[in-house]
Amino acid sequence: MKLKVNGREHEVDADPDTPLLYVLRNDLALNAAKFGCGLGQCGACTVIADGEAIFSCLTPLLALEGKAITTVEGLGSVENPGPLQRAFIDEQAAQCGYCIAGMMMRAEALLRKNPQPADAEIRAALMPNLCRCGTHMRILRAVRRAADLMRTASAPEGGKRSER
Amino acid sequence: MTVFKTLLAIITLGLAAAAGFAVNAWHSPIDPVFPPKAGTFDPELLRHGAGLAEIANCNSCHTAPGGRVFAGGRAFATPFGTIYSPNISPDPETGIGLWSEDAFRRALAEGVDRQGRHLYPVFPYDHFTRLTREDVHALYAYFITREPVRAKAPANELRFPLNFRFVVAGWKLLFFRQGPYRPDAGQSEQWNRGAYLVEAAAHCGACHTPRNSLGAEKAGERFSGGEIEGWSAYALNAASPAPVRWTAESLHAYLRNGWQRAHGAALGPMAEVIDNLESVPDDDLGAIATYVASVAGWTNAEPRRAEKPVTLALTESAAAATPREGDAPGGEIFQATCAGCHESGRPLPYGGVPLDKSTGPSAATPTNVINIVLWGVPPAEGKRSPIMPAFADSLDDRQLTALLAYVRAHFSDKPAWADLERSIRTARNGPPMAYPAHGIDTGEPAAQQGEEP
Amino acid sequence: MNDIRMSRRSVLAGTGALIVSFAPLARAFAEEAGQPAKPPLPGSLKDYPFLDSWIRIDADGTITIFTGKAELGQGIKTALLQVAAEQLDAPFASLKLVSADTSLTANEGYTAGSHSMQDSGTALLHVAAQARALLIAEAARRLRVPETELKTQDAAVIANDGLALRYGELVADHFLHVQAAPQSRLKSPDGFKLMGKPVPRVDIPAKVTGGAAYVQDLRLPGMVHARVVRPPSYGATLASIDTTPAEKSPGVVKVVRDGNFLAVAAEREFQAIKAMRILEAAAQWAEKPSLPKSTDLPAAIVALASEDTKILDRRQPISVSSRQLESTYTRPYQAHGSIGPSCAVAHWNEGTMTVWTHTQGVYPDRAAIAQMLRLPPDKVRCIHVEGSGCYGHNGADDAAADAALIARAVPGRPVRVQWMREQEHGWEPFGPAMVTRALAALDDEGKIAVWDYAVWSNTHSTRPGEAGSLLAAQHMAESFPVPAPKPIPQPEGGGDRNAIPLYQIPNARVIHHFLPAMPVRVSALRSLGAYMNVFSIESFMDELASLAGADPVEFRLRHLDDERAKETITTAAERFGWSSFKERPGHGRGFAFARYKNLAAYCAIAAEAKVERESGRVRLLRVVAAVDSGGAVNPDGIINQVEGGIIQSASWTLYESVSFNDTRITSIDWSTYPVMRFAALPESVTVHVIDRPGQPFLGTGETAQGPAAAAIANAIADATGKRFHDLPISRQRIKAAIGV
Repeated sequence: MKLKVNGREHEVDADPDTPLLYVLRNDLALNAAKFGCGLGQCGACTVIADGEAIFSCLTPLLALEGKAITTVEGLGSVENPGPLQRAFIDEQAAQCGYCIAGMMMRAEALLRKNPQPADAEIRAALMPNLCRCGTHMRILRAVRRAADLMRTASAPEGGKRSER
Repeated sequence: MTVFKTLLAIITLGLAAAAGFAVNAWHSPIDPVFPPKAGTFDPELLRHGAGLAEIANCNSCHTAPGGRVFAGGRAFATPFGTIYSPNISPDPETGIGLWSEDAFRRALAEGVDRQGRHLYPVFPYDHFTRLTREDVHALYAYFITREPVRAKAPANELRFPLNFRFVVAGWKLLFFRQGPYRPDAGQSEQWNRGAYLVEAAAHCGACHTPRNSLGAEKAGERFSGGEIEGWSAYALNAASPAPVRWTAESLHAYLRNGWQRAHGAALGPMAEVIDNLESVPDDDLGAIATYVASVAGWTNAEPRRAEKPVTLALTESAAAATPREGDAPGGEIFQATCAGCHESGRPLPYGGVPLDKSTGPSAATPTNVINIVLWGVPPAEGKRSPIMPAFADSLDDRQLTALLAYVRAHFSDKPAWADLERSIRTARNGPPMAYPAHGIDTGEPAAQQGEEP
Repeated sequence: MNDIRMSRRSVLAGTGALIVSFAPLARAFAEEAGQPAKPPLPGSLKDYPFLDSWIRIDADGTITIFTGKAELGQGIKTALLQVAAEQLDAPFASLKLVSADTSLTANEGYTAGSHSMQDSGTALLHVAAQARALLIAEAARRLRVPETELKTQDAAVIANDGLALRYGELVADHFLHVQAAPQSRLKSPDGFKLMGKPVPRVDIPAKVTGGAAYVQDLRLPGMVHARVVRPPSYGATLASIDTTPAEKSPGVVKVVRDGNFLAVAAEREFQAIKAMRILEAAAQWAEKPSLPKSTDLPAAIVALASEDTKILDRRQPISVSSRQLESTYTRPYQAHGSIGPSCAVAHWNEGTMTVWTHTQGVYPDRAAIAQMLRLPPDKVRCIHVEGSGCYGHNGADDAAADAALIARAVPGRPVRVQWMREQEHGWEPFGPAMVTRALAALDDEGKIAVWDYAVWSNTHSTRPGEAGSLLAAQHMAESFPVPAPKPIPQPEGGGDRNAIPLYQIPNARVIHHFLPAMPVRVSALRSLGAYMNVFSIESFMDELASLAGADPVEFRLRHLDDERAKETITTAAERFGWSSFKERPGHGRGFAFARYKNLAAYCAIAAEAKVERESGRVRLLRVVAAVDSGGAVNPDGIINQVEGGIIQSASWTLYESVSFNDTRITSIDWSTYPVMRFAALPESVTVHVIDRPGQPFLGTGETAQGPAAAAIANAIADATGKRFHDLPISRQRIKAAIGV
């Protein structure tokens, strides 16, 4: 079937009940989404489908036909990191980093809907995701910084719009 | 239909109010007093009061989400508008800090506050009126010695004429019968104890008995199933949809532990109820279970249909790694999404009950199953508890319909739910309703807790 | 050695100014037999004295740093590169780093015990400084100028006239194949450009952009995916199984059964998982109850036979007041619970086994795997690749063994195995349950006159080195016995780590009751016994302060004469605002201090907590820490480690315990083993680094665990008026203690 990931269409040859996670990692060679529990308890596998953060370990391929999937790879690259990635680098918001891609996608889904979340809203949004190294405080700072970066980045555009 | 009913209800109520006004609309205020100090009460009395408050589930209604315990402010959407629970902490300005025991008793027994105003019957004084004087004393001792929290609940947002409290006098005239619980001499002491706790304190019927258009429990349909905040409160009488019959023993274990091997875990608002039973003495829970089991009149745990042994179900589902024809796509979604927990033999209650034991798939309506699948079961903070992820964002209405149709077909012997897709759409457009499951944190081996006797 | 040289050459792929094997100390001594013994070299140079074991400079200017230590998410790569680049005067970004590979790097044992900076960091500090000195000397020889007229910059030696000789030009064959000298000309801290600076971590960009960063991300050509089916309990035996349905499952390449070891390899990962489920359902296991009673674990622990060692016995005649106190503290088994289950890739090819693993010790892991496979060690190569968070001995080595055993059954094809969540939670070696008992008496001035302390604990290391430490080797038909556990000796200690208080007490006795019998699989969990001992000692210090009517901070200071300890304490207290703290109902403040292992980093923590009376729920408000790690190579790395340690320890302290019945471990996922989530985080965590440039590096990775636990416990005690001696300090325990 066809799968749209990070703006590109892929032809995927896997059983329709295969959870998206394995297709992303093994068929499309995308590293960011991680296997953590396979139970929807930790959020390491979080990606975005049509704007919503989902557990890719529990979402079968057949449920994703026609949906636009975004992974951390779709936010930017090492050479040209997106605002969320830049914020995590600036805040050095990782220790082992295994949970971070899931955290970023959960945060990205939040920021798309709520560009200026309060601290309590960030904490609430990140509840499904676990970190074991204790990087939480930095992750919170990084999400706040990302919100600021995104706002600054989109400011001129907003200005234009208001001029019309 | 609903609008018409509500209108009719309001008119009826208006008429009753006129009559009620004449009879009992006016009550005098009871003078404020400085409450007794914490040290003046016997600790045993406080413990007794705490247990009653837990059975009565006071903190669920009188605590706002994320707010301080007993500080009120939780919103209740009723057909007549939104009511906010008041602050019942002993804060003198915003709570019950200046209430005498007489004022406290009058609120429970008559539904009238210290200032003499009628209380809306969302506060179940139709049950609390049955409490004994001794128990009210214990409850007063308990509440008046809590930590005072200064917090003013938002003003109610009720439609005319319900925004006038005297209208409640009419409601009382129609539906409210004041007075204590009367024991049934033909029953055992334990049964009577249970009946008293259920009727007077636990107010199970407030959710498990259907209500009429004026919001009063239907007298002739006790425990035949009701609704609470968008969840089905299953029938407790013989109409119970549980695939395995409840017994006093299994109910006791369920109320104590928040789950039972043959039934699964308490979810939705019931999880909160069970969370609040933590320090209730075992005798009282046993009495409640005895009484509730007698309501259904079942005496054994015979399944109502041939029960598949769990291991067989496991092997079958595992062997059927590729779902059977006709299952697509529900079976495929089940394989990727549900089987990892529900068919992996993980120890109960955390691992996902085998669905043929669960009441949800056999229930008359898909309400609870939809709620659980859409909104999940979030973790109880820092406690062992079943967790289920929410699928609202990953499965669309069509996919959920296929999945739940598959679940219904495979895990119950009931006919397909009508209007499944529409029910899903309606629930999805409503407010998210995620309740953490009861935290089970005794450190006890999960597999041994609540074993069937 | 030949093939190892080849592989080293191939990895470096440079024009190769020198290709040498790195030789451990024994060999070095053998080569120089008869020469007088030299003074000991610093750090890991003791064992690997040749400079080219650590730094290699190619003719094309490529500089490669070698370390036997592994990146575990603690940022060690960055810190080691900072040290090397600083002392070499080479651009930070130009250095390459090769870490923990049995074919390429020194055997630095385990990356554990907060040793990396002390061992590898110290070795690199001296090697880099000495290499720079050699380069200057070589330039001086070539230019015929005195060394004093030369300086170094950007990987070049520069003369007064501006003439620059690149390092690559200066090296010649075997240039760095010389033994380190006992003394180095280290750069003065005043001129540091990299050390002491918060250099961004080199591994983070890949981790936040989806770059390949973990062993989980390895995808080798022809690779198959495998899953293991573990027994349901310790000691369970496979009574019967029909493997046919699993073998017929789509994509299955091989079902491996070797005694009680059961696994399946398939072409695709989800095929392997589905086949694993089929195998699981088909397996019939014979189990027997072997676990202690979890409802009274402390009694079960203390009842085990013990080997007792008096690790401190200090006696001075002194008068004692009647003010005495005794307290007993307990800790349950606790889990590492890495977010990513353990993973490894193994490739059995032409008689050689290559294993990519997130082990903490590639050499000991190699020895164990070789023994398990009954191969000579040189036929096994272990390469470290990062895994998910490592907080000690988790499932990494076992997963490596699983991969190797499966790979041998699928020759020629790389095998990737990742554990399922329940396997990680159920089979990792846990941090041991422990009991401590403290007894003390005050003198008339309110100082501690007598201190009597005992700790009961299993070993805190069952790490491999022998095959019997590996699950696969325990489960295979020709199984290997579990090696007899040994205590880790003082001064570092295992269960008795930090059991000796740093406080000055005239009469003090500390006894370590080492418990050889291990009913539950245990090993090293971050900070080992220090977490429990510091929790106990620092809780007890507060209880004693209360008995003495003293302020907890002042009470600690009056028993200390180590100036750095005192400064750490006063810094944390001042930054927290200890003396100006305002009492409020339900709020409490707590303080705790320890020097990790009594020889690594100093750490003091002050915490403010709020306790909800009705629910017993704890809300952490502010946590303020001060840490003295000696010369701080990367202050932000230190802050990150201490912040993380505080949050992790808070989770252990408030929530965590492994659960089990008489047969099975029942905490097998995040539902049954809850840990801290975002909503319960403190409002703020602040860490102050007391930098001491030029001072020796003091290991920091584990220093916060103990003090954080005790600071929280003390804050809860202050808020509730109740003392909690049993971990975790759960809502239920708090609610029960507060009463109604």
